[in-house]
This record gives sequence, C-alpha cells and structure tokens, in this order.
Amino acid sequence: MTTTYEPNKVLSNKEYKVVGTRPIRPDGADKVTGRAQYGADLQLTGLLYAKTLRSPHAHANIKSIDFTKALALEGVKAAVSAKDFPETKDTANYGLGDSPMNYFRGNILADKKVLYKGQAIAAVAATSVHIAEAALSLIDVEYEVLDAILTAPQGMAKDSPILHDDLFTKEFEKQTNVNSNIAEHFQHKMGDIDKGFNEADIVVERTFDTSTVHQGYIEPHNVTALWNDDGRVHVWTSTQGAFTVRAAVAEALAITVSKVKVTPMEIGGGFGGKINVYEDPVAALLSKKSGHNPVKMVMSRAEVFEGTGPTPGSHMTVKIGAKNNGKIVAAQANLQMEAGAYPGSPVGAAAMCVFTAYDISNVTIDGYDVVVNKPKTAAYRAPGAPNAAFATEQIIDELAEKLKIDPLELRLQNAAKEGTRRADGPIHPRIGCVEVLEAMKEHDHYQSPLTPAKNGGKVGRGVGLGFWFNIGMQSACNISVNNDGTVNLVEGSTDIGGSRASIAMHAAEVLGISYDDVKPQVADTDSIGYTAITGGSRTTFATGWAAYEAANDVKSQLIDRAATIWGVDADSVEMKEGIIRSKTDTELNMTFKDLSAQLNDTGGPIVGRGAVDPSGPGGSFCGQICDVEVDPETGKTDVLRFTVVQDAGKAIHPSYVEGQMQGGSVQGIGWALNEEYYYSDDGRMNNPTFLDYRMPTSLDLPMIDTVIVEVANPGHPYGVRGVGEANIVSPQSAVANAIKSAVGTRMQKMPMNPAAIMEQLWSNE
Amino acid sequence: MATVFIPSLMQELTDGQSQLDVLGSTVREIINQLDESHPGVKDRLMDGFKLKGNITVAVDGEVSPVGVLAKVQENSEVHFLPALGGG
Repeated sequence: MTTTYEPNKVLSNKEYKVVGTRPIRPDGADKVTGRAQYGADLQLTGLLYAKTLRSPHAHANIKSIDFTKALALEGVKAAVSAKDFPETKDTANYGLGDSPMNYFRGNILADKKVLYKGQAIAAVAATSVHIAEAALSLIDVEYEVLDAILTAPQGMAKDSPILHDDLFTKEFEKQTNVNSNIAEHFQHKMGDIDKGFNEADIVVERTFDTSTVHQGYIEPHNVTALWNDDGRVHVWTSTQGAFTVRAAVAEALAITVSKVKVTPMEIGGGFGGKINVYEDPVAALLSKKSGHNPVKMVMSRAEVFEGTGPTPGSHMTVKIGAKNNGKIVAAQANLQMEAGAYPGSPVGAAAMCVFTAYDISNVTIDGYDVVVNKPKTAAYRAPGAPNAAFATEQIIDELAEKLKIDPLELRLQNAAKEGTRRADGPIHPRIGCVEVLEAMKEHDHYQSPLTPAKNGGKVGRGVGLGFWFNIGMQSACNISVNNDGTVNLVEGSTDIGGSRASIAMHAAEVLGISYDDVKPQVADTDSIGYTAITGGSRTTFATGWAAYEAANDVKSQLIDRAATIWGVDADSVEMKEGIIRSKTDTELNMTFKDLSAQLNDTGGPIVGRGAVDPSGPGGSFCGQICDVEVDPETGKTDVLRFTVVQDAGKAIHPSYVEGQMQGGSVQGIGWALNEEYYYSDDGRMNNPTFLDYRMPTSLDLPMIDTVIVEVANPGHPYGVRGVGEANIVSPQSAVANAIKSAVGTRMQKMPMNPAAIMEQLWSNE
Repeated sequence: MATVFIPSLMQELTDGQSQLDVLGSTVREIINQLDESHPGVKDRLMDGFKLKGNITVAVDGEVSPVGVLAKVQENSEVHFLPALGGG
C-alpha cells in the first residue's frame, strides 16, 4: 500500500458537551473517606489466613518438602505445594499468549527447582496470619544450591549455568536444538545497514546497562478465594484484569472458566504489575484442602519486591550515523533483556520502539530474551520502551551536540510522520510526533534560560522523546435506563486511574445527558462480557468505545420507543442533546428523563450493549524537558523544572490525562535517579523495602508541568489515544541528557544515583 | 496481490526474499498460499487454525485483533510481528 504523506493536523477541535470536561470521579468520595473496599479489607465467615514459603536461594534444586511439623501446629488447616496441582495439558494460555504449563505453574509454586530468591514453594492456611507465618518456619525444605546468573550478558555467556534443561533458543518461532538461556532471538531489518553507515559523516555508538526496577504500586498483591462445595471457585482480588485472573486460575487448577468467578476489588495501583497471577490459585487450593473455607493471602512489601514481576534490567548497544546536515542515515541496536526466571521479557516491544520516533532508511535491530535468576519480569508501563529510549535518546543528544544542532531541531528534522516506515515494517498511521516536538520547542520551559541552581551545584537541561504503541483488545459494556432518567453503566475494566469517569463520559456524550446521570460500576466476571486487562493504555480507548456503542444502542431503542408512543415511523424521529423529537412535527418531543419515566408502561426496560475488539489504538508520542542541578562533590541530582508534552488524541477527561503524564514522568524520574534491585552476588535483593528502594515523593520533585497535544486518532469515535504509558518512556533519557549538560559526563548506566555519577566523574578525570 | 513482508529470520524459507506478492483475501489464505510456494512458512507462523501465541499480524499497519481471519485487500501490506502487551 502506498501512502502519500500529508502534514498532520490537530484535528480535535470539535466541541463536546461532556467529553473534554473535568468532572469528579465517581469513586472519589469512597476513596478519600476510606470506605472503598480493597482486597485486604474483605472479611468472610470462617476466613482463614495463608502465607507463602519462599526460596532463600536464587538458584537451587528442591530435593524434598516436608510439611509434617507445620501441619502439627495448632491452628494450621492446610498446606500445599506444586504437587497439589492436578494433572493437565502442556500449555497454558490465560489471554496473554502461550506459555509452557510447567513455567506458568512454576511461577505460582515451584516444582523441583527454584529460579529466584523469593520464588513461592509452598503455602500454609491457618486460623490467624501469625500461626500461618509460624508454620512456614516448620516446613522442612532440602535444597541443592546452584550458581546464579543475574544479567543478560551472564546468561548469554557460553559457560553460563543453564536454568532450564527444556529451553531451546527460538529464532522467530524457529525451534533450534540449542539448550540455552536465550529463549528467543529476533531481528528487524530495513534497507542496507552497511551502506547507511558508509554514507554517514558521523557515527556514535555506546553501550548501556539498566537495572531491574519495580512498578512500586502502593497496595500489595492480595486475594481471598473460596472453593465452594459445589465445585465453583470465587476469587476476590486486586488485579488489572478480572478475566485474566479467571483464565489463569482455571488453567492452573485444570477447571473450566465457568467454574471460576472473579470479583475485582478496588486496586491501589498496578502499572502492569497486577496483570500476572501469583497467589490466586494457591488460595483456591488451600480453600479446597482446608474443607472449603475462604482463604485470604496478603503479600508483605518484601514479598511484592521479591516474589512478583519487576521490569527487566537490560544491556544494549546502539549505534546511529548521520550526515553533517543532521539527516540520520543508519541505526543499529543490539538489545539484551532479562526475562527473569521464565521466558517473556519485553524485548520485542523494546525493539519495535527503539527507533520508532525517527524516519531512518537503514536499520538493523537484534533482540534477545534471556532467562536469569531473578523474578519473572512483568509489564511496567510501556514495557521495554524506556530501556530502549535511554540508549537511543542519549545517542541522538550526542549527535546533536557534535553536529552543533539544537537537540529538538535534530529530532524534528528526523521525526517520524504519517507514512514513515517503521523498522519492524509497518507504516505509521496518523501520529503526533512532530506536533509533540513543536509543542516542546515552543514551550516557555524550553524558551527560558536554565533554572538557577538552588544549592550551588551545576545545572543542565535535557530533552527526551518516547513512543508507545498502545493496544486495543476486547471490552464489553451494558447500559440500562432507570425510570428517573439516569443510566446504570456496567463494565469490566478495573479502574486504576479514573477510568470509570472517562468511560461514563463516553456514554453521557452520546445520550446527551449529564455526567452525573451515568452511574458506572465495575462488574465481576459473571456479570459482564469478556473484557481484557486494564493495561496497554487501552481502557479509555476500548472500554470507552464499548460504552459509546452501548449508549448508541440505548439511543436507537429510545428512538424506536418514542416512535411507538407517538405512532410514527422511527426514521422520522431523532435524538440530540438528550431530547427525542420528531424531525417533522415540532409538537412531538420529550426529554430523556420524560421518556425514561414511561418505559415500564410502553414496552419494558431498555438495555444497551456494547462489545468491541478494535484495532487502530493509535500510538502516542510524549516528550520531556528537564532541568537538573548536580552537586559535583557528591553526585546528588535534583530536578529543578520538568515539563511533559504528550499526544492524547482527544483528552476525554483532561485532569486524568494530566495525572497519567505526571505519574509516568515521576516514575521515570525515580527510575532514572534512584530505583534498582540492589543484588548481592548470590542473587539476594538487599533493598526489598520502601525505605531502601528509594522512590521519589512529592518533596523530591518540582511541579510537573503538562501540555496535552491533541492529534485525533482516526481509529476512535472521539479520537482517543491511550495515555498511560508513553509518558514513562523518555524521562530517564531527559534526565540523563540534563546530567550530561550539567557536568559533562554521559551516563551509560541506570540508575544515575550519586555513586554512579561520581564514579563516572572520577573516571573522566 | 498483497505484499507480504517476510521477517528477516524467516527469509531462509523464502530464498532470502524480504517481500513477496501473494494472492489471498484473508491472512489465512495468504499463509496457505505462501506455504505452497515456500514450504515451512505455515509451521513457523501457525499453531492449528490460529497464529502462534507470540505472533501478531498487521494488515496495512494495524495489528489485527482477529489474526488469520483478517481481510486483505488487493494492494495491502502484511507484516508478521512479535505480540505486544502493555502495562
């Protein structure tokens, strides 16, 4: 297909009644008064409490597990290990791709071998959490300790210990016979990379390393499960995807999904980390084994750090060549990412994002998914893309410096546009890369002198540019009309960032009623159609679209009903701004509320349905401008001013878009300056608390300024692009470029904490 | 005919060719057609009646939610890509 490039335009100039306003979130009052029900709040009759025994070793064979002494402790009701999983098929699929069953179950309860410190081995249910904890110390486990590998290069080394004797490297789904820690190698090629570098006047190549980082959600994982006597399992849990939990529990326990009901509780953050399932099937097993009592499990912070999925550390070499006029002519990347204990790092996404912001004719990208003795990685906002951007955006900055071109000008000169072919093949649809860069360039922050130092340090400014694809996937929504003129909206996306509001706003806009007249609620898996995860920046896009469809279904039925009441043809009736009226007879009109009051006497209830599986989610570009002050004596870095610019397509609820932009930026700053799993040589995390795993607080940061750019996504009725992820892609590189500007040293390792900066400064002396 | 872009690590099956013009009105027909001319393509991409779990297909730049059932136009571009998730 040939696409002719036409400059992007800001399309979202259409005025709406509800879309684009900033109403109060419907769950706000319960949350600020403490009445909202989180998983740990749940109380049920006969409730038991369970705790998990976790591996003290990063790599070991399990020789034996003996529950005898633990089960003898008064108050202990049940104990389980991997042996309690029933026989089942070889492959698990719970909506996120295929996985060997032994890997999937192994990350829930290890069988025969532990692959990271903190991996679950067994669990005990008791009448109190303290008895359960005491019982753990009475379980006898015999280990054979093995050497651990902690980084991708270590895992790829020829003499490396092999984690899995059944793991053979795949090359784009071609199964090789090489037993290795490299689960997969893939490659994207475009143009002629050698020719491209030969044409370049300047080439910059550097190697970068980033550490393992956790999402840092404030609410720990929790679950309560009841395996009923009739064989049905009810799970109450904190999750980003109730249907994902349903499928995972069914797969793990070898029962059908109709036997499992999942009720999503309120969720205190996830950022991708609450997609994977950990203790939910274990709680169900314990419930069954204890005589069908409900069993609650709540992780400690250390368990969250050590037993759930962080985002991977990485080792990356990036090389870019440009002409003296600034035109980039070649780019090459070698991306090695830690999958953790089982295959599945986000290196595929990293490879698809590493050069996506730029129009480059000659590109080669190699990606490696490498298993290591760390927790199996999970998604974290734009998984893989921040690692890749940390490398690319610093190389771009260095090119700009050497070519003496303004860094935003260089990006604009090479920016991807509608019609640009990506290195992985497809052509960009309508995107907002240029608009974001122009908004950054015009912003007061970029036009102003550097923010003065507060503490006598050296100041510098950096910029970064990031991209995330976003995803579509399935969503369902039902809307029923109440006879007081309000509607109940039922949807299946767990609400992390205010999505009840943005979804309700879609319906209110269609129906022409006020936002307050839409009563949204998140339903359990028995009460709504299949809805995929709250993740991939898809919820407002896809579930909002389902609400749009459901509201249009209601609208159509209301028109039919009014036509019936008036005895006219439905084609002669229309509904606009909450008024149903005849197109030909001005006497025939009534409000949504008037008609709602008549439903029971004129044909019964009206219920609308929306079910979607859309493509065209519309990727989002986001850029950051950052001023820092670096103390050259200690390496301490303070962020003095920070601005984030993002293309939202159409901001349904601008406050929540700004919240996402600020949240992603703050997490990116924490990732840049402080956060890391600090490992001992034998694979133990030395900082599994929020005291020692240092995340930024409001006291560490200035106000994060936001600019929403709206280049409407033609793939959505209101032009929405998801905004939950692109904002975390380039804060790290903006900070790195600002540090370079301040103290003159290029940071090739993340985090860029005081020790790392001083090490780099001293190495330059 | 649609233009199918062959992933670089699959080009061993297509004699090094990176693009092929293939007849077919759906991705499934395209893969079947490709497999006839270049045996092994179907095994690499499909598991039974669907794409392998870790592969997606993009038609004219948009990842298809229906996999091999996606419609393909006369001048479409077809790309096979690693599956993406999100946080």
